[in-house]
Amino acid sequence: MENLKKKFAGKQAFINLAIIVLTYVLLTVLMSAGLLNRQYTSLLVPIAINVILAVSLNLITGFLGELSLGHAGFMSIGAYVGALITINMDAPEIVELTLALLAGGAVAAFFGFVIGMPVLRLNGDYLAIVTLGFGEIIKSVLISMKITNGAKGLQRIPLYTTYKSYTLVFILMVISILAIMNIVKSRHGRAICSIRDNSIATQSIGINVSRFKVMTFVISAFFAGIAGVLYAHNVGILKPTTFDYNKSIEILVIVVLGGMGSIRGSVIAAIILTALPELLRGADDFRMLLYAVVLIIIMLFNHSKIKEGLLNNNIFGKLFKSNEEKVGE
Amino acid sequence: MALLEVNNLGISFGGLRAVDNFNISIEKGQLYGLIGPNGAGKTTVFNLLTGVYPPTDGSIVLDGVNLNGKSANEICRAGIARTFQNIRLFDKLTVLDNVKTALHNQIKYSLLSSILRTPAYFKAEKAMDKKALEILKVFGLDRIHEYRASNLPYGMQRKLEIARALATNPKIILLDEPAAGMNPTETQELMDMIRFIRDNFDVAVLLIEHDMNLVLGICEQVKVLEYGRIIAEGDPIKVVNDPKVITAYLGE
Repeated sequence: MENLKKKFAGKQAFINLAIIVLTYVLLTVLMSAGLLNRQYTSLLVPIAINVILAVSLNLITGFLGELSLGHAGFMSIGAYVGALITINMDAPEIVELTLALLAGGAVAAFFGFVIGMPVLRLNGDYLAIVTLGFGEIIKSVLISMKITNGAKGLQRIPLYTTYKSYTLVFILMVISILAIMNIVKSRHGRAICSIRDNSIATQSIGINVSRFKVMTFVISAFFAGIAGVLYAHNVGILKPTTFDYNKSIEILVIVVLGGMGSIRGSVIAAIILTALPELLRGADDFRMLLYAVVLIIIMLFNHSKIKEGLLNNNIFGKLFKSNEEKVGE
Repeated sequence: MALLEVNNLGISFGGLRAVDNFNISIEKGQLYGLIGPNGAGKTTVFNLLTGVYPPTDGSIVLDGVNLNGKSANEICRAGIARTFQNIRLFDKLTVLDNVKTALHNQIKYSLLSSILRTPAYFKAEKAMDKKALEILKVFGLDRIHEYRASNLPYGMQRKLEIARALATNPKIILLDEPAAGMNPTETQELMDMIRFIRDNFDVAVLLIEHDMNLVLGICEQVKVLEYGRIIAEGDPIKVVNDPKVITAYLGE
């Protein structure tokens, strides 16, 4: 049994690695063969950014089980901090970007700590409202501050993360995904998931629930900050209005669509939902309508008997069958 | 001095005195029963002992350590573990992970080593697996450790909850109606199991139970609560024949 499990875990890691390498090789080949036109290549970095955002938000919504509507706020903090550093510094690109990433992530994480505090007292709908308010406050502050250039926003941000440097962005995305995956499958991740399933029982087995709630917000905000830095250096201009609640909802939509608590789902949904509107350029006006329709369909599916049946037949059905003799009493 | 020493414990919810002047002293390895009619305040006593409610007055001392004003997670780390009347498992986690979660404070590694998957991570996880399976084996749950907790039948969920509480390495374990919903065979099994864990895990047990067979079968001492007060205590056989206790349960 033990051996089998090890083998399985090893296989899983191998599959993940194979997917990562294959994706990268495929992208490189397509790019160098010139098969991807500008429309597609310009999508690469936004997809990676949305993947990081979705996976990090999934840590809060899917694993901690709290609804957060302020993820764009964390992203904007990272974006502005990173952009201000690269605009005002005069150092080699790699030094500037590294510093921007670290500072953007760290400052966003600090705000994650600040917003994590009310979480201790609130949950469910109330927390959702607080995080929503937090996102809007950040936006207002960015508009009113001088250093962020108010409503006009920041311009002439060096373009360090365009499609030309997609290798770097790809690596950062993979690191982010792996880091969050690894956290989930550790004693810290188990503590986070146990809070979702039953916070009273979590307290009763000696886990400090407050501490882990704040920690989850800090980690999630850190990666959102990183995504923000990448965004700033991909687009080149920043406006506070980009980071309104629509952006937060957009990320949440990706998480819900991909399945709460499924990292692979978040990645796939981020790719589809970022690429789809671009590929359907002609129907861009219907983008939000499409979102709504797709969301409704997926939610119906998630709560349908069809999915239940699929799950039961494929996984649990077989498990119970093979163990029937042993388990039955 | 006794392992758990509780003096004059009480709590008021507004004008309602839910528990009043509750005293108990439990020795190491003792099997103690807490009985009483519905609404007598038995679960409230558990909630006071485990820090879910802060007591209005009284003191709780475990092994010489004063637990007054400590939060639920601190009290667990001090050595009091519990189960719940309505089962509270981590439904979406596997049986094994339920127990491993409870090992959180026993086997540790840093967040950084979980992100970077350092050797410390693998070593600790392996130790956790081993320990968790060992505990699950006592309850016969080791062969189904990959199942989701919510997919287990009721009786097994109760056992898993006890296994999880045991994994926190407690000095005393509080069981809130462990035999609720079990048939006589399962109850008999449970009694053997409670004795087994008392002997092998070196814990004292305080249990709330309505099943008198279980109480008379394993408890060495009992206390009877009614309206938040102790109305009788001592030897189980004597207590259940006490007219006051019979009145409390059946009325005049």
